[in-house]
Amino acid sequence: MTELTKHEPTTIYIKPSKGLAALNLRDLWIYRELVFFMVWRDVKVKYKQTLLGMAWAVIQPLMTMLVFTFLFDKVAKLPTDGIPYPVFSFTALLPWGLFVTALNQGSRSLVAHNNMVTKIYFPRLILPMASVFAGLVDFAIAFVILIGLMFYYQVTPAWNIFWTLPLFLLLAIITALGVALWLSAVNVKYRDVNQALPFLTQFWLFATPVAYSSSVISEKWQILYSLNPMAGVVNGFRWALLGSGNGPDITLWVSATIAILILISGLFYFRSMEKTFADTI
Amino acid sequence: MTTAISVKNLGKQYRIGAAEIKFRYNMLRDVIMDTVYAPVRIAKAMIGKSDRRSNQNFVWALKDVSFDLEEGKVLGIVGRNGAGKSTLLKILSRVTEPTKGTVSVRGRVGSLLEVGTGFHPELTGRENIYMNGAILGMRRAEIDSKFDEIVDFSEVTQFIDTPVKRYSSGMYLRLAFAVAAHLEPEILVVDEVLAVGDAEFQKKCLGKMGDVAQQGRTVLFVSHNMSAILRLTQEAIVLNKGQLLMRGPTQEAVDFYLSSGQAQAGERVWDVEDVPAASAPFRPISLKIKNGSGKVVDTVRSTEPVTVEFEYQLDAPVTGLRVGFYLSTMRGEYVLTSFDTDAPNLFEKFDSRKAGRYVSRAEIPADIFNEGRYSIGVNASSFGVRRYFMDENAIAFNVDISGAPGTHWPEPRVGPVRPRLNWKIEKISE
Repeated sequence: MTELTKHEPTTIYIKPSKGLAALNLRDLWIYRELVFFMVWRDVKVKYKQTLLGMAWAVIQPLMTMLVFTFLFDKVAKLPTDGIPYPVFSFTALLPWGLFVTALNQGSRSLVAHNNMVTKIYFPRLILPMASVFAGLVDFAIAFVILIGLMFYYQVTPAWNIFWTLPLFLLLAIITALGVALWLSAVNVKYRDVNQALPFLTQFWLFATPVAYSSSVISEKWQILYSLNPMAGVVNGFRWALLGSGNGPDITLWVSATIAILILISGLFYFRSMEKTFADTI
Repeated sequence: MTTAISVKNLGKQYRIGAAEIKFRYNMLRDVIMDTVYAPVRIAKAMIGKSDRRSNQNFVWALKDVSFDLEEGKVLGIVGRNGAGKSTLLKILSRVTEPTKGTVSVRGRVGSLLEVGTGFHPELTGRENIYMNGAILGMRRAEIDSKFDEIVDFSEVTQFIDTPVKRYSSGMYLRLAFAVAAHLEPEILVVDEVLAVGDAEFQKKCLGKMGDVAQQGRTVLFVSHNMSAILRLTQEAIVLNKGQLLMRGPTQEAVDFYLSSGQAQAGERVWDVEDVPAASAPFRPISLKIKNGSGKVVDTVRSTEPVTVEFEYQLDAPVTGLRVGFYLSTMRGEYVLTSFDTDAPNLFEKFDSRKAGRYVSRAEIPADIFNEGRYSIGVNASSFGVRRYFMDENAIAFNVDISGAPGTHWPEPRVGPVRPRLNWKIEKISE
């Protein structure tokens, strides 16, 4: 064993947190490496002992796209604003896949790691955060396929894609993280969340313009429709990548506002429940 | 001297009963009503107003506890199960928040119980070292610099790039312990009650604790094992029902604890609602552990005989009944099983046991137990017919080995028994 740790130990004050607990971002910063390790672990473990490995990140959206193309293009002949249906749906399936993975993994993250939660201290926020970020790796892989599809169908995005797309991606992450924070904290106490998740994701898919174009929704319902932040994300992706739709308008701001509200309320709810996680999990 | 830990008026309240009430449905109506109200309950819980009905059952696991501990001191914590020891450690390591009071802790708090937390079976030993280190609060640079040391300590060098799911349980534990042991926290917390692993591993934990104490770090040590507390600490506090009863030199604290009667938990009583309806006509009443002088105790001496006394009621006659117990160590190894009708004459005499109240009593001879904590499970059954009642973990008790064979050597002995064997030493040639 070596000598005592050289740095001067810091004093930690432990006391009951009152009301809406402060977010304690300082601790989150101290433990930033743990976020990285958790993401790294999730990614590493996900495709271990699978035959196809990382290819799954591509197979899933690709197969969904094929099914959608058959059902909604060949059979139902839904309008796509003049864009080839495969690339039209694949563009939406990317952020949607990111959101669903984050939602499912994130909501279960605290319960899945209950041995960590009941044994040691670390900012609990790290668990849902890491789940959400881990989804980005799959997203990046599937994105390469999208680029291939765009070449094949000769769709050229506008030059502003370099700043618009990251912003829409950020909006997707904000939405996913916000929802994951709420659900993971509720799940600690009420495992009903586990039961509700498959239904919730399915319902949410219908409420999001993944398989269809949001232009099929009539004008007067557009604002109500954009209360679903994922609608804003998907429309944004299509606009940035394929030039479909009118670009950012009031509906995008509604979606963005809702997403940020979900995230902020989720953060506070999560923090206020955090103190009882170890006791109730 | 600087203060490492300062605890002021610390209190922790737990809600009990809520979960139990939930499952005590008597009628389908209750189930339906509960389901109907579920959304309301969730909504209330979310806005912080919890259900009034379940609000009534609170228990203070820790109440108004205050003490200071100077840097470099080793403090023992003794008390019965449920005295608040583990809760105190949980608050100090920030796993759970206190309800009242404050604690200030100078430096990183580490525990030898966090071994293997976050280990993933699919990851290799190397990957798990980094993962586990990060979870325990180590920086990557810190893990890098200690990596070789950790691997050497764990003795799994040649398997370091193998997924840990292929490890034997011993290798797994060694690797996990190696990481925890190299965390080098300013304050180390050891809760032996919850310690897992074989005797060898526990020995390693205690050895590590001794090392840490010698380096001038602060250590908190919880144990049911009075001889370990006496050996490893100079000072101890006694907790009872969440309150700090006394603090003093370890010898005094241990004497106080053993003589104040709180150590004498050696009795388990079953309330009517603890007994499943399916056990009828058998109804357990109490189980007592008595020492050589017939007193009900929590700690027995291995040099005295121990009496296990099981009292029960038969509401109807039972044919072929046998009542007995399993004895096991706290690590779950069985030591023995014994039934009251093991002797053929008793088996015939009590062929059918009539209704009434009975005591089945057995004496375990002196010089059987080794140091540590043992658990007794009870069983009442008719062989091949039916098992009426079973509680695998009815009671636990400690064994103090002062005066036992071989105690002149200050080393722990492996194995659940420590009998006094009839050794002869003969010289057979020059």
